Amino acid sequence: MTVMEQRGAYRPTPPPAWQPRTDPAPLLPDALPYRVLGTDAAADADPALLRRLYAELVRGRRYNTQATALTKQGRLAVYPSSTGQEACEVAAALVLEERDWLFPSYRDTLAAVARGLDPVQALTLLRGDWHTGYDPHEHRVAPLCTPLATQLPHAVGLAHAARLKGDDVVALALVGDGGTSEGDFHEALNFAAVWQAPVVFLVQNNGFAISVPLAKQTAAPSLAHKAVGYGMPGRLVDGNDAAAVHQVLAEAVAHARAGGGPTLVEAVTYRIDAHTNADDATRYRGDAEVETWRAHDPITLLEHELTERGLLDEDGIRAARDAAETMAADLRERMNQDPVLDPMDLFAHVYAEPTPQLREQEALLRAELAAEQEGAHR
Amino acid sequence: MTTVALKPATMAQALTRALRDAMTADPTVHVMGEDVGTLGGVFRVTDGLAKEFGEDRVTDTPLAEAGILGTAVGMAMYGLRPVVEMQFDAFAYPAFEQLISHVARMRNRTRGAMPLPITIRVPYGGGIGGVEHHSDSSEAYYMATPGLHVVTPATVADAYGLLRAAIASDDPVVFLEPKRLYWSKDTWNPEEPQSVEPIGRAVVRRAGRSATLITYGPSVPVCLEAAEAATSEGWDLEVVDLRSLVPFDDETVAASVRRTGRALVVHESGSYGGPGGEIAARVTERCFHHLEAPVLRVAGFDIPYPPPMLERHHLPGVDRILDAVGRLQWEAEN
Ligand SMILES: Cc1ncc(C[n+]2csc(CCOP(=O)(O)OP(=O)(O)O)c2C)c(N)n1
Repeated sequence: MTVMEQRGAYRPTPPPAWQPRTDPAPLLPDALPYRVLGTDAAADADPALLRRLYAELVRGRRYNTQATALTKQGRLAVYPSSTGQEACEVAAALVLEERDWLFPSYRDTLAAVARGLDPVQALTLLRGDWHTGYDPHEHRVAPLCTPLATQLPHAVGLAHAARLKGDDVVALALVGDGGTSEGDFHEALNFAAVWQAPVVFLVQNNGFAISVPLAKQTAAPSLAHKAVGYGMPGRLVDGNDAAAVHQVLAEAVAHARAGGGPTLVEAVTYRIDAHTNADDATRYRGDAEVETWRAHDPITLLEHELTERGLLDEDGIRAARDAAETMAADLRERMNQDPVLDPMDLFAHVYAEPTPQLREQEALLRAELAAEQEGAHR
Repeated sequence: MTTVALKPATMAQALTRALRDAMTADPTVHVMGEDVGTLGGVFRVTDGLAKEFGEDRVTDTPLAEAGILGTAVGMAMYGLRPVVEMQFDAFAYPAFEQLISHVARMRNRTRGAMPLPITIRVPYGGGIGGVEHHSDSSEAYYMATPGLHVVTPATVADAYGLLRAAIASDDPVVFLEPKRLYWSKDTWNPEEPQSVEPIGRAVVRRAGRSATLITYGPSVPVCLEAAEAATSEGWDLEVVDLRSLVPFDDETVAASVRRTGRALVVHESGSYGGPGGEIAARVTERCFHHLEAPVLRVAGFDIPYPPPMLERHHLPGVDRILDAVGRLQWEAEN
């Protein structure tokens, strides 16, 4: 007799110690990504916030095109563009209070800039003059993280520490769809839920991890559904709808700040450009797919809503574009200056107190540089 | 039939050919990793293989290195020969738990009952202007783990021969691919039958009498260049390419040092706790009475791999090698 047949034969009672820990129903995401723009919900959205999101989206898009142009001129080693994903980047930055922390991945330069970082400093990693071009404490932005998902446990730990200290600080961590397959993603979510840490995870599901489509990454109904297994709410949102992403994140942040614990938010979006300038996207996707997503562009969506409702006119659009141009011109000019680097910096920050071995190596390099300066040739 | 011209081929092409030949010869060989299928790998080493052998044998995995290597262990337990790709040196670290706790010691744990024929391909090393986490030299970690073979080619022909041997090996092999040599070319004729290179043999790349440069992987061409440059100063340097770090070819290395009486180890990973220390100790143990100077090392600095704009100061270059050769207390000899 199989187990299934047995079930028909008698009804076993649950083991004595068993009781459900949490009702899963409230944790489950909606079937469709939540939207605000073009729906009734838009009427409740704050016009000032929408205008602010719009200006940042336009600036963000210009930042992406300018940085991409800088790779073509050899000014950046590499740039992973977030064109098409600006709504997620901008909302992630704007939803946080000054005391909160942002944990970006390597693609999230824009979120860091929208949070107030100097646009040139945010590009230092990708230009290649240093690994992190800013002091993370200044704007409460952790270093842009290249190994996938490894920043997520950091976000949990920081949020946990803040709560232990009695500070009402929230951490927001960004990760890609591919990154959700890493062990660190699972461990971070589990810790966050067990500790009820004030942290929000934002998955930017842009369809691909380099060449691998979501279907080969996960068999889950959605990435937001992963939350329920850890005991936290999962929310699904249209990642190109800046108002919706902002609203969903704002609710998650408020929930965390009020002691409600973590939330996993999946924003459904699309990577319009290739993975980086070094990637050939034609190998794994067709133009038609990209074009459907272009028609769902985050800037167009918001611009449409704002103009429909008389909150934005030609002058307003021009003003946003002009501001973006000014930023781009400044970025271009400053990035076209060669950074002044001191090779001795190689040894400056390995330890608080350099080892004797490092001091020896430092002396070797100093001698080499002196010889170079004297133009001494072998 | 037309005659095939002797065309230059790149190391990446030779690796692809090795994978294709291994898969054709042995249906149990499976290739898996991030982006190895449709894209053909970020370095295009697996280009075309998914089309040729199908997705079951050339598999785009979810993005999880521990998962990739861990499932490879199970596949090997069931009789397959997985060849896994770790996309970049620093992204193999999530897989270290599987590598160290299981892959390296399964044969030993099971008293020989369960060997694991897994090949782990890891693009490694710097010099390509990669951003953070794309340039690590991780060979010392692998060398420090008993149960693993550690192999690294420096020529196009070796890339082919050693990868074939690695896949054929009944033990796990960490196959380190020097990223900056992927596009280096050799007149290697892909149309000709290729030889498989047994793992564990070093080779003398350049014969010389004055001193031995012991090196491997990405530093081999640098040492050959240094040896050429040194001739103008009357130095005649021998260059030994180790090809295999585990097992280590004591014989070839010791024979060379006994001939020259002086040895310098060159690699780009850090010197403290690095491969050079082990190599210098072995050379000293075997050649003490032949040595006319202490064995020296030229290595990368003991720092996290620097950003691209500063990497030229970190990587051992020709000048740093020649300075060290000078410090071998060279006495003029003609
Ligand atoms: C641990 C680790 N493995 C592999 C890589 C190489 N890699 C860089 S980006 C990327 C794809 C990431 O995809 P996803 O998480 O969806 O983010 P997206 O690039 O789409 O923003 C891969 C495989 C890495 N950075 N870290």
